[in-house]
Amino acid sequence: MEKQPAIELKNITKVFGKVVANKDINLTANRGEILSILGENGSGKTTLMNMISGIYFPDEGQIFIDGEEAVITSPKDAFQYKIGMIHQHFKLVDVFTAAENIVLGLDEGKYNLKASTEKITAISSQYGFDLEPEKKIYTMSVSEKQTVEIIKVLYRGADILILDEPTAVLTPQETEKLFNVLRRMRDDGKCIIIITHKLHEVLSLSDRVAVLRKGEYVGTVETAKTNEAELTEMMVGKKISLNIDRSEPVNVEPRLVVEDMECIDRNGVKILDDISFTANAGEILGIAGIAGSGQRELLEAIAGLQQVQFGNITYNDPKTGEKEDLRNKTPLQIRELGVRLSFVPEDRLGMGLVGNMDIVDNMMLRSYRKGKTAFLERKEPKDLAQHIIEDLEVVTPGATTPVRRLSGGNVQKVLVGREIAASPTVLMAAYPVRGLDINSSYLIYNLLNEQKKKGVAVIFVGEDLDVLTELCDRILVIGSGRITGIVDGRTTTKEEIGLLMTKSKQQGDENNG
Amino acid sequence: MIIQFICRAILLGVPLLYGSTGEIVTEKAGHLNLGIPGIMYVGAISGVVGSFLYENSCGNDIANMNPILAVLIPLACTLVGSMLMGLIYSFLTVTLHANQNVTGLALTTFGIGLGNFLGASLINITKSELPSIALTKTSSFFAAKLPFADSLGAVGKLLFSHDFLTYLAIIIALIVSFILKKTRVGLNLRSVGENPATADAAGINVTKYKYVATCIGSAIAGLGGLQYVMAYASGVWSNNAFGDRGWMAIALVIFALWNPSIAILGSFLFGALCNANNYIQGLGTETQELFKMLPYVVTIIVLIITSMRKKREHQPPQSLGLSYFREER
Repeated sequence: MEKQPAIELKNITKVFGKVVANKDINLTANRGEILSILGENGSGKTTLMNMISGIYFPDEGQIFIDGEEAVITSPKDAFQYKIGMIHQHFKLVDVFTAAENIVLGLDEGKYNLKASTEKITAISSQYGFDLEPEKKIYTMSVSEKQTVEIIKVLYRGADILILDEPTAVLTPQETEKLFNVLRRMRDDGKCIIIITHKLHEVLSLSDRVAVLRKGEYVGTVETAKTNEAELTEMMVGKKISLNIDRSEPVNVEPRLVVEDMECIDRNGVKILDDISFTANAGEILGIAGIAGSGQRELLEAIAGLQQVQFGNITYNDPKTGEKEDLRNKTPLQIRELGVRLSFVPEDRLGMGLVGNMDIVDNMMLRSYRKGKTAFLERKEPKDLAQHIIEDLEVVTPGATTPVRRLSGGNVQKVLVGREIAASPTVLMAAYPVRGLDINSSYLIYNLLNEQKKKGVAVIFVGEDLDVLTELCDRILVIGSGRITGIVDGRTTTKEEIGLLMTKSKQQGDENNG
Repeated sequence: MIIQFICRAILLGVPLLYGSTGEIVTEKAGHLNLGIPGIMYVGAISGVVGSFLYENSCGNDIANMNPILAVLIPLACTLVGSMLMGLIYSFLTVTLHANQNVTGLALTTFGIGLGNFLGASLINITKSELPSIALTKTSSFFAAKLPFADSLGAVGKLLFSHDFLTYLAIIIALIVSFILKKTRVGLNLRSVGENPATADAAGINVTKYKYVATCIGSAIAGLGGLQYVMAYASGVWSNNAFGDRGWMAIALVIFALWNPSIAILGSFLFGALCNANNYIQGLGTETQELFKMLPYVVTIIVLIITSMRKKREHQPPQSLGLSYFREER
């Protein structure tokens, strides 16, 4: 049966500042079909969908809905075209009931919550949702909240549904339930677009897959005619040579040994499970994984910032030769041992630097305890700041400029520079090149390499697989809080890492679904 | 005696009820308006100026005064004066994203200064011996009681002997309660105060709601100032006599758990607590001052109890005090 195109994108381009988020994208989604948009982090999936749902407006290109050109400038416009997007971060009012959230902002004449509740119940039973309309949002599980979001768009009559990584927060059972609902909607003639990077979900759920890579459209394939290997290759692309200078590790010895580590987050959900690895001195250990797979928690657990439920973290002190158990130590004691963490979060300033303080004061955040008198010792941090500005070529009017006013790359140099200046024995750098241009990135890579030569155990969490495979000696791949593999950086391929990244424990159950 | 005590408590409580109903409306839109004391003060002086001008234009002769105009003119002046204050507050906090606490406190200082300036000017014009201004004629219209109140004995005194602004306060509080709970506008307003990003995504005009809620809230609060001058103080204005009623109104918001219906009873309770010292004999001056703390003590107790019960419905709106930038979604 020939399917009707519900939405067509033609030559869509979106640029944020200098970054091209989407370039010349052509895409068609049909009615009665589930289309997966597959791509790595930062490949532009969410940006593209945000343009359809009215949050961004494309710089170039056209959107056609049911064959007619549509101009979507706000979420309200999108509703008019019956497009509904379910965001990764739910937009719900916690103290309202499900029903109140669903009717919020609607203008359907008389305010009658009872009638609305009946309509909600009808939608629920039509597609097989489980929902109590009277239940307050803050008492709901993540899966229930997602249900509210989906019914919210259905209530508004949406027949093109976009789901941004809907399974990221769900358990396998909940995921299966959601998929069944989505299949029912598809059979009802709706057009469903699902953004994901989980290959097995793509294969089990969707009819067609569109792949994006670094903001560009790679192609669309029919799910029935493809396989994991082909999709992975489309997703990660051909290998690009970066010519990062990688020296052979010397004097390799275990510095940090992690055994059977398990962590749970504030909501009691397991975020790290059964983590065991060794970080060696004189080696760069890369950590690869989809964003939010537990990388941050892993580093924080080592730095003492995250409660560890089970397992051991043993540190071999090179000065004394003794074994230290990091779990019994405060973050400050861990830092004193030489275990340093430089984490560059998405907003860059969030962790480690204080935006309104200048470079000198930010240096002092690490040294203010050292002073002997009651007054702050300013000389040393001042020298250090000057030193970092010169060595790392930080572009700044001076050492007394608030860090907030520096560009992102320079902020990162200050952050990484400060941690390196403390001559660490373990250096953990998470996303140190996030948002940096090529030259600044290489500067950071060289810094890490220098540390490695000095015999530091470097742990590098990165996003770009090309960099990971060229910089790191070994690469630990993490998926859904578990280690899915540790590979040799010299012999591995991007495809291998890509497959490991998308592998998770659900994969075994996939055939049952 | 007991009836008199209750009536007095109600009379004392009504300005607080206006203030806290106004503040609840504002806070439901996510704005903590600490300018309420100043706004109530400006509301009071605006009404005073209005009635002063009207009394003068009638040659200070009660026979020339139209009862309806005598009430409407001060009422309109109060509404306009306090709404303007609300407009300043919303422009600063909604449009310019200024810090709400700082803006509110500044507005309180400004409002009290403005009120005292205008009050002193009027006193100067009348060349009065006393540092006050008496608008007893206007006040007599405001304080008009229902005709059958006296014939019904204790019940009549308790229920029907109050001035019309008292009844208006209760009616407004009930209406606000109803709107918040039972209408679409109320739902939208609450969502703006809880989670403006969600409200925005749902197509609600967040800025409009914040402006309108703040201005209407300020207008309601301003009426409290007018009621104080015209009914409680029998039309006598003297600088700073209003005291800390504005702050007590803000405490009442917390006591009432952001529910105007509870605020009605709460305002009477606060009024009773403020007044209790006059009805207990043999108290020294210092003990009397202790009694004036009682409303705040009760508020603290309520805060402790609600914090312990951790019921989300009894917490302040989630984004109270936070500015909303659309770009940050």
